[in-house]
Amino acid sequence: MGPNGSGKSTLASVLAGREEYEITEGEVEFLGKDILDLAPEDRAREGLFLAFQYPVEIPGVSSNNFLRTALNQIRKYRGMDPLDAVSFLKLMKEKMALVEIDQKLINRSLNEGFSGGEKKRNEIFQMAMLEPKLAILDETDSGLDIDALRIVASGVNKLKTGENATIVVTHYQRLLDYIVPDFVHVLYNGRIVKSGDKSLALELEEKGYDWIKADADGVVS
Amino acid sequence: MIEQLKDSYKTFESQLNGLGQGFWQELRTRTLHSFSGLPKPKDEEYRYTQLGRILDKKFQFADLSMMGRTSVHGANALFHNADAHHIYINNGVIDQSKVSQNLPKGLSISTLQEALHHNAKDIESHLGKYAIKNNDAFASLNTIFSYEGIFIKVDKNVQIDKPILLHYSGTDHPGHAIYQSRSLILAEPGARLSIVESYSSDHSEDHFSNHVSEIVVGANALLDYYKLQNQSASTYHVDNTFITQSKDSVVKSYVFTLEGKIIRNNLNVDLEDENCETHMFGLYVAHGDNHIDNHTVVDHKMPHCFSNEIYKGILDDTAKAVFNGKIFVRPNAQKTNAFQSNKNILLTDTASMNSKPQLEIWADDVKCSHGCTTGQLDDEQMFYLRSRGISKASARAMLLHAFVDDVLDKISIGFLHDFVAEEMKNRLD
Repeated sequence: MGPNGSGKSTLASVLAGREEYEITEGEVEFLGKDILDLAPEDRAREGLFLAFQYPVEIPGVSSNNFLRTALNQIRKYRGMDPLDAVSFLKLMKEKMALVEIDQKLINRSLNEGFSGGEKKRNEIFQMAMLEPKLAILDETDSGLDIDALRIVASGVNKLKTGENATIVVTHYQRLLDYIVPDFVHVLYNGRIVKSGDKSLALELEEKGYDWIKADADGVVS
Repeated sequence: MIEQLKDSYKTFESQLNGLGQGFWQELRTRTLHSFSGLPKPKDEEYRYTQLGRILDKKFQFADLSMMGRTSVHGANALFHNADAHHIYINNGVIDQSKVSQNLPKGLSISTLQEALHHNAKDIESHLGKYAIKNNDAFASLNTIFSYEGIFIKVDKNVQIDKPILLHYSGTDHPGHAIYQSRSLILAEPGARLSIVESYSSDHSEDHFSNHVSEIVVGANALLDYYKLQNQSASTYHVDNTFITQSKDSVVKSYVFTLEGKIIRNNLNVDLEDENCETHMFGLYVAHGDNHIDNHTVVDHKMPHCFSNEIYKGILDDTAKAVFNGKIFVRPNAQKTNAFQSNKNILLTDTASMNSKPQLEIWADDVKCSHGCTTGQLDDEQMFYLRSRGISKASARAMLLHAFVDDVLDKISIGFLHDFVAEEMKNRLD
């Protein structure tokens, strides 16, 4: 969590490998591997997943073809055989049910003409299909009505296993009513300035960020 | 230049023998007298494609007078197995033995020379009438130096199920660096047909082919008209196509350009009466130093017509392309609905595109829109795909396929669709 401009989306983008960012210092180690030198696709193949704040529309690319290509390239990277059409469809059906996404959306071009909520739901569906080890949800709650929020949150909860982790970037406690965090970290000016458990989120909801900013600014100066 | 041409014409005329009389001969002479030379460097219409200068330097226009008789081998032609009415034209020379075999009732296919005898009225009312409309030097050259061509006519209310497939091929042949081809296509009222012009070439030497099609589409007739330009990297090709539509007619034209040194297409569509519908689709995929220039004109002369134009290009290496799309809406043409779009993707920093939409609208109750974009692949889309584990190369291919697919999907002839789709796959993957 953190106030506007604190660097939450920047962190998510840097981790996923967005090329507009230049890393001037520091390192990122993911499951024992330095990922900063890896291309975005290789980070994904290592098990990283970014659910976009604003998923882009790609007219003409079918969700089906897109997901199958992604899944099989990830599998290849990991030395696994590609999924054939039948197994792939079976997996799609299973995951669609899990995250409650409509077949109609999957039949369309990737995100084309999707509402804000549908785009976010599609992000969670992709996450379900690709089974990342670490998922970063970048303000997945923004622009969602309460029903969509519940469905998205429920999808995230169902996907949680002992083998994976999820970083949820959010401004609001609201999402955390549905996704209960194990840890809450507060980012400010690009640094984690406070960490706690779920009660920290509640405290922020009540008191805002000013006290954290004052604390942090005091510490820095 | 003009003097040189006139000399060539004299030589040409002396070889015409029995063909050098009557209507066609008058047309040639008339056109020669009004001919004012190849496009000059400052000619606006040829500003980005300096064909006049290039051709003048590269080719001997004396060759225009050569009347070759090259043998034609259709067996290797692309689609020669397709279920279609096949016509083979090699270096501008028609394989007459195969022209009019097994034609269904209501379809006539012959050479223009034959039609001059059997369908004199049709020839005299149409041949050369449209090809002077845009004052194009190459169309005029064609009219002056053509002595043969293809005549196709579909009678009133006749539907031709199989496509008519014209195989235009070029092969190295001494003294045949320049050749002309020509066709006149008449769809009578209520006729339905589809035509495929497939241009191929195994030339290794520079050659210039100059084509003219005049197409007259009668009331309520339906025409699907395809051009596949898949020549060699040493082909200079100019295509002038003139489509004239009558009331309630529907034409869909497609131009796929896959290879050529310099390709210039002038597509002119005249909507002469009310309630015409015309679609113009173009797709050019250029690489190396290909230079592909599409000039289109759609002329709305009467009310309630609809035109829809979508041209797309992908340019690699140092390829260049030009798009110039004119839409005229005449004072009479109220309730016109005209749409035009030209989109291009440049794959390198050295490829270039000149795109120019030109709308001239004199009527006041019309709906016209146009848009053109030229750019690289969308970074945001690339990142999205790659962030899901898809390699850069696959992501690129996916986006390029998505870009061309909406034009590909409009091809309604199976064998043609499959060929172009396969070519796209080979080039974009």
